[in-house]
Amino acid sequence: MSYKKFLLDYTLQLADDALIIGHRTSEWCGHGPVLEQDIALTNTALDHLGRARSLYQYAAEQFNNLSDDEKKSIFTSVAIQQMVQNGTAIDEDDLAYLRDGWDFRNVLLLEQPNIDWAYTVARSFFYDTFNYFFFSQLRSSKDESLSAVAEKSLKEVTYHLRWSSEWVVRLGDGTNESHKRMQHAVNELWAYTGELFTMNETDTAMLQQGIGVNLTDIKQLWSERVRSVFEDATIIIPDGLWMQQGGKEGRHSEHLGYILAELQFMQRAYPGMEW
Amino acid sequence: MSNTNKSEWPLWEVFIRSKAGLDHKHAGSLHAADEQMAIENARDVYTRRMEGVSIWVVESRFIHASDPGEAESLYDPANDKIYRHPTFYNLPDEVKYM
Repeated sequence: MSYKKFLLDYTLQLADDALIIGHRTSEWCGHGPVLEQDIALTNTALDHLGRARSLYQYAAEQFNNLSDDEKKSIFTSVAIQQMVQNGTAIDEDDLAYLRDGWDFRNVLLLEQPNIDWAYTVARSFFYDTFNYFFFSQLRSSKDESLSAVAEKSLKEVTYHLRWSSEWVVRLGDGTNESHKRMQHAVNELWAYTGELFTMNETDTAMLQQGIGVNLTDIKQLWSERVRSVFEDATIIIPDGLWMQQGGKEGRHSEHLGYILAELQFMQRAYPGMEW
Repeated sequence: MSNTNKSEWPLWEVFIRSKAGLDHKHAGSLHAADEQMAIENARDVYTRRMEGVSIWVVESRFIHASDPGEAESLYDPANDKIYRHPTFYNLPDEVKYM
């Protein structure tokens, strides 16, 4: 793969993570346990979607600058292939609404269903902790667009982490029932945390260029923070070492299909529709 | 407050300072389990459109209010005391910016 394709792939990994967690979090809108938390999660969902937009805009710009042959080799989704065939430039919406599941590069953790408050909190906490350290480092990326996104995102992510850490402690160190549910959610989602730190070909290439972040360093920081919050929350770190992966390579759980069906329906059924 | 649902979080009053140098103003109320959550909820509910730079919260039960039934005796006597307004006095021309 060329440098340009690695950069596009890297941008899309970050964008897809942001879109999918943003969509999952937005599913709480109107369903939160109390009005105040409903608004809190909806705010967070919008932060994620805002980041997704910036990154998709950047990705679309990169994509449109590729040669025709390169363009054909990036996505297998028919709708995008047709646009390439017709010589039409793509935009942020095309990337979100017209790619099929296997073209998405988000980690599996983020497509997992909300289930209950504890699952939602655990999933957010694992990802927010990752994001906090990741974007801290991405700020010094040699790529100016990515470092600008990181600078803006870090402020938002700092608040997300504060929110989810507090809920881990509230539930974990709360009643017997809340503790049981928090521990259960952590146990169930633990196997999805490893993928956050796997360095694929794209991650390695971008790290070498001084654009990407060293995920091995992030893992160290992540583990320390998770351990310390879990200690306050009286939550035990699961001892399972086997980790799920595949999302970054386009191999997803069945859940992504349902997300995309809901997310993409309008644009697929009524192409180009605006409101 | 005997019929308050015990499982419900207490009510908090929220005060927001819109910018440095101005007073905190009452913005509304919300429910939260403790002061930390109250501040965070206030941030999410009342500062989403850049309304503030500082938040105060106080549990509503700690606010003591005057009795609306006593409004006449408390406030009406001030009605005819216009000399209490500084505008009642003529200012010398040399005094500016009052």
